[in-house]
Amino acid sequence: MENFTRLTAIAAPMDRINIDTDMIIPKQYLRTIKRTGLGSVVFDELRFNVDGTEKSEFVLNQEPYRRSGIIVAGDNFGCGSSREHAPWALLDFGIRCIISTSFADIFYNNCFKNGILPVTVKSDQLKALMADASDRENPELTVDLNIETIIRPNGGRVAFKIDEFRRKCLLEGLDDIGLTLQKQRKIDSFESKQRVNQPWLYLENESN
Amino acid sequence: MTDPKTLFEKIWDSHLVDVQGDGTCLLYIDRHLTHEVTTPQPYEGLRQAGRSVRRPDATIAVLDHNVPTDWNEKIDEDSQLQIDTLRRNCAEFGVELYEVDDARNGIVHVIGPEQGFTLPGTIIVCGDSHTATHGAFGALAFGVGTSEVEHVLATQTLIQAPARSMRISVDGDLPAGCSAKDLILAVIAKIGTAGGTGHVIEYAGPAIEALTMEGRMTVSNMTIEAGARAGLVAPDNTTFAYLQGRPRAPKGDLWHQAVSYWKTLPSDKGASYDKEVIIDVSGIVPQVTWGTSPELVAPITSQVPDPADAPTEDARDSWRRAIDYMGLRAGMNMAGIPVDRVFIGSCTNGRIEDIRAAAEVAKGRKVSDGVRAIVVPGSGLVKLQAEEEGLDRILTEAGFEWRSPGCSMCIAMNTDRLEPGERCASTSNRNFEGRQGRQGRTHLVSPAMAAAAAVTGELTDVRGMLP
Ligand code: SF4
Repeated sequence: MENFTRLTAIAAPMDRINIDTDMIIPKQYLRTIKRTGLGSVVFDELRFNVDGTEKSEFVLNQEPYRRSGIIVAGDNFGCGSSREHAPWALLDFGIRCIISTSFADIFYNNCFKNGILPVTVKSDQLKALMADASDRENPELTVDLNIETIIRPNGGRVAFKIDEFRRKCLLEGLDDIGLTLQKQRKIDSFESKQRVNQPWLYLENESN
Repeated sequence: MTDPKTLFEKIWDSHLVDVQGDGTCLLYIDRHLTHEVTTPQPYEGLRQAGRSVRRPDATIAVLDHNVPTDWNEKIDEDSQLQIDTLRRNCAEFGVELYEVDDARNGIVHVIGPEQGFTLPGTIIVCGDSHTATHGAFGALAFGVGTSEVEHVLATQTLIQAPARSMRISVDGDLPAGCSAKDLILAVIAKIGTAGGTGHVIEYAGPAIEALTMEGRMTVSNMTIEAGARAGLVAPDNTTFAYLQGRPRAPKGDLWHQAVSYWKTLPSDKGASYDKEVIIDVSGIVPQVTWGTSPELVAPITSQVPDPADAPTEDARDSWRRAIDYMGLRAGMNMAGIPVDRVFIGSCTNGRIEDIRAAAEVAKGRKVSDGVRAIVVPGSGLVKLQAEEEGLDRILTEAGFEWRSPGCSMCIAMNTDRLEPGERCASTSNRNFEGRQGRQGRTHLVSPAMAAAAAVTGELTDVRGMLP
């Protein structure tokens, strides 16, 4: 996983609430066995007409937002299904950071596993950042995870908070599984205790 | 004296493998359900890192999301590749897979309980958001992303931040014509689709206790639609009676040992919750969604609301967009809106009780001209049981199509889907834009309401059609 320290990028304004994972990546694209290649169809139905041509009113089809690295969106971003294809598709398009007033839990989790930083801000802050992003002349934001701060085009600062473990993993690009496997002994000892206390949870016992 | 604990706290605390300095927990996962769509990447990841599946005995795999529900139908290449990939991975990593023609196969959240794989007091995960279904058994069950699937396969654990707790107490008797589906839709109408964000919801109260396991699963299933991480119902005699004798449930002495443990699980008197909601369902009316989010729901006796009445500016926009997408007008009666399609099935309403409810309404009636109605049992075993009870004949004589198990039109990954502009009364759980097919329009309803829509050709108050 690529680490995330500080990002300066164009921010695309998506001023609507409840952007769900079906909108981010419709299910016909879930039939892949890979993680990559979904950037070309991210936001498929919002972005393209049935005949495959672009919908000009959609923000990512407009300049300079075609090169966005950040999305600023309304409340409850990423609600709906657990599909990790949603962050994969965003990442493959080039989105490394999403700013909203709230995120759906599973989506929020999935972002960290893929090197995307989801930032939660208050609603007046979101309004200001939405206005920044909507300024076509200068829609660039800087997001610095080290100091947990967004730097606005006018130099203004918005502080945010990410829990410590996630922040560390993202800053260093650490792989969760590798970290957990270092705790193998603790897992072993949990299992031996559980096997005694709740033997019915172990199949070799269930079948007799 | 120890502090009183909630059911959720009891399960959480008994699964802690490690707690990190910042409070993040490493939790042990007892049961892992897998399916074809969210497993190719995790197995590939294991292979690349030279890792194995830690507990194949605690993992099962099904084929449900994109298998055709008409076995004569040809499957598309991408779906076939996913299915073959799961077969190969299960064989290589030693995980049991239920094949398409195995009666035990079916929708992942239907077969877990049916096999007794789902047990009280356990932590269960699956790469699918409706894993919350299993919470009906007093198991902490939640959906995970694909990377987390890999994490569980490799380590049998997950890294989780503690959730807050919420209790929804449901009082009153459900009126005739209303089901668990109407109950949960009414709850979502009250708290909203973000009402449970960051929380684990415990459903309690007389109306929940009175539900069958099927009904409790319907309620728990849609917890995710209220934004919560998981839903829970305390295990009781209804739970134990459902589980006893199931293939993977404990037997003999172990059964008694398990039941005495499960009886210690319900929340202690005086346990506290971060949030409490009380709802009385004795006055509810069958529910139907009119918008593109499950919270945009109303009684069948009411009208499509006017966006001008929305509580906030954001909501006004989203109502307007939803009404437009759904091809409706503010103020029109919900009853009488014509439908093109009817779908009865999914992990929300694909169990035997749901099919019975649909058949009760369909009996002696005919599917309206121009309406195409399909019934998709949640598993091979549900299908067999329905056939034993003669429900398939009642339904097919009425003009419903009787299919083989799968997710079908709930997710529309195969040819079971809406055409642009088509309107569907559906017993599934999501009415998002495009969920049942591009530009498709979904009204979420109970199985009885769906059957009523099929035979009348329009959204209808089923209460007038019951014996
Ligand atoms: S029936 Fe629908 S919600 Fe349930 S597992 Fe299948 S796709 Fe998911």
